[in-house]
Amino acid sequence: MPIAKKDLIHLGDLTTDEIWQVLRKGQEMKEILRRDDKKYPILRGKSVINLFYENSTRTRSSFEFAGKYLGADVVNINTSSSSVMKGESLKDTALTLDRLMPDIIVMRHGASGAHEILAKHVKARVINAGDGAHQHPTQSLLDLLTIVEHKGSLEGLKIAIVGDILHSRVARSDVWGFRALGAEVTLCAPPTLMPSKAEQLGVKVTYNMDEAVKDADVIVMLRIQLERQKAGMFPSIREYAAFYGLNGQRLKLAKPDCLVMHPGPINRGVEITPEVADGLQAVIEEQVHNGLAVRMALLAIMGGAAE
Amino acid sequence: MILLKHGHVVDPSQELDKVADILIAEGRIQAVGENLDAVGAQVVDLTGMVVMPGLIDMHVHLREPGREDKETVLTGTQAAVHGGFTSIACMPNTTPVADNEAVIESVLYKAGKAGLADVYPIACITKGQKGEELTEMLLLHQAGAVAFSDDGRTVQHSGVMRRAMDYSKALNGLLISHCEDEDLLGSGVMNEGIVSTELGLGGIPNAVEDLIIARDLMLAKLTGCRVHIAHVSTAGGVELIKKAKEEGVRVTAETTPHHLCLTDEAVRGYDTNTKVNPPLRTEADRQAVFQGLKQGIIDCISTDHAPHTAQEKEVEYIYAANGISGLETAVPLIWSNFVMKGQLTPLEMVRAMSKRPAEILGIERGTLMQGAVADITILDPKTEKAVDKRKFYSKGKNTPFEGQQLCGWPVMVLKDGRIVLENGVLCEKE
Repeated sequence: MPIAKKDLIHLGDLTTDEIWQVLRKGQEMKEILRRDDKKYPILRGKSVINLFYENSTRTRSSFEFAGKYLGADVVNINTSSSSVMKGESLKDTALTLDRLMPDIIVMRHGASGAHEILAKHVKARVINAGDGAHQHPTQSLLDLLTIVEHKGSLEGLKIAIVGDILHSRVARSDVWGFRALGAEVTLCAPPTLMPSKAEQLGVKVTYNMDEAVKDADVIVMLRIQLERQKAGMFPSIREYAAFYGLNGQRLKLAKPDCLVMHPGPINRGVEITPEVADGLQAVIEEQVHNGLAVRMALLAIMGGAAE
Repeated sequence: MILLKHGHVVDPSQELDKVADILIAEGRIQAVGENLDAVGAQVVDLTGMVVMPGLIDMHVHLREPGREDKETVLTGTQAAVHGGFTSIACMPNTTPVADNEAVIESVLYKAGKAGLADVYPIACITKGQKGEELTEMLLLHQAGAVAFSDDGRTVQHSGVMRRAMDYSKALNGLLISHCEDEDLLGSGVMNEGIVSTELGLGGIPNAVEDLIIARDLMLAKLTGCRVHIAHVSTAGGVELIKKAKEEGVRVTAETTPHHLCLTDEAVRGYDTNTKVNPPLRTEADRQAVFQGLKQGIIDCISTDHAPHTAQEKEVEYIYAANGISGLETAVPLIWSNFVMKGQLTPLEMVRAMSKRPAEILGIERGTLMQGAVADITILDPKTEKAVDKRKFYSKGKNTPFEGQQLCGWPVMVLKDGRIVLENGVLCEKE
């Protein structure tokens, strides 16, 4: 079954059925990843461009491996500075890259909405690997797969997302995905890092982390950029860690089988203590592995190779 | 001699709202009345058309000197006439800025050469628009500046603004205030609310605007200076202005067609043509601003015509230039969205787009009284046409209204008694 929309920019570009399709396909891909020969060349003859305007280790290498395991030709383009600073506009870059005949362009960009420009100017299908504070749909898909594997479904689960919600594209995609599959979401951040009218996203909003994690089935911790403190968004790392960090004691407020997730990279001792990050309830490395699987699934389906 | 026959004449300066004829000679209106006749006059049959005093836009960016790639005095005044405006006031944030007589004189010279709309230059409040030292207001006034503004920026220091207001009283000057607290603005690029939250774009709360509106109203009260609040976009701003007017503060205010017609919902999809400063607000704000206009708290509608090149808009939302090319859509937008729906009477529209701007700027325009300069705008109230930016005379094609089906397009414009727009097209200069 194909994915109807040409581009995956917002997780909502997928129907709920399509999300489930990607998750099931992701589980199949995990079977393949267990083999000695991980090559599953269903995308032979297809090409993928990974266009990264922001530094990224895990997402870029995850997409790169995903494409390569499936036999596609993968080219990485890493540009640290923004297109505006560099002199070539994103529109012109898009027009240029499209003539290299890629089937799929995976892009990460620091500006929310940048993918709308790319998608408008290329024939290739566009997959969003993160845009500003807007969306990171593949992160959400891998989070969904991780939760589904542990809990069976998201129906009725209580999920807390804690951290810098204001700047987080992960939070925005997760809220969409978690709600689409039936979970109840609570957002928690210091008020200065909570976006305006967040409750209108259909979630509970609290500034009290104990309240947020109480009886939770899943806790998603977000990375706090330490520069935010210098920008005056909160007074100190010390206070942040004490009130918005996940430690063993706070984790006890959640359900005993609560999963601890984090999109990484983690700031040990800031938003999460080492004991929790390395503890039995943490599934952080599993998330990385599932990321590879859902990206393989997505490339296979969007590349037209899924049966 | 021109005789305009059978048009529906709308002139709030004489509370006229009926079918009448207008006789024009020597650049002035000779008579307005029924069954006028004049031997040898060119007769124009305006049956079914709406006739009003030439419209006046007191907030236009002409970009010349310096950014002739965006607009020139010539293309800007062509756009004005095409949009139904016979007089415009232009903002001083050119390159260099209009903080000296040379820029004012050059704009006036080019406007004279273009010979289309009258152009009334506005000079800077502070040198270089830096918000520090006052410009030579008296000399600038002598050179032709009708008002003072650092538009595009706000004079951030209250002490400087107070001195500007005090000093300008020497000429009973008018200060036009662009209201924006830059520190509170931060990295905001659109209205702060659920839409900015969903789009992951930096938000601009209403307080960014309201703080400075409140400050400048207090300073106007303190100094007795005349202040005009530019492009009001918030419900709070309307309330503040209402209260100040009740207290007798000498304040007037404007809003724009885009703030009357659009909300932040239009930003979904990241169309950079919706990026404008102040930003498109919520439906509650839009309604409050409209009610403010209806009640006369907001005196007039100005376009804040801000032409930009395509490459300044075809970029990521956060990098796109602020502004909407507004001169050539304002009239049909207001006509279709408000007059045709019965929310504004034709008289109210013309009051807001001609009579009040003339009074605020202190220019002898905005009326069809006998003896007045024959600046006249004629609309076709019924024929529907889509907004087509390729037909703009403005170099700025940056409109969020492209493709909208609208009525009330200007079909004919007379300037100083001469027909300069006919069938919606500019006349060749003789």
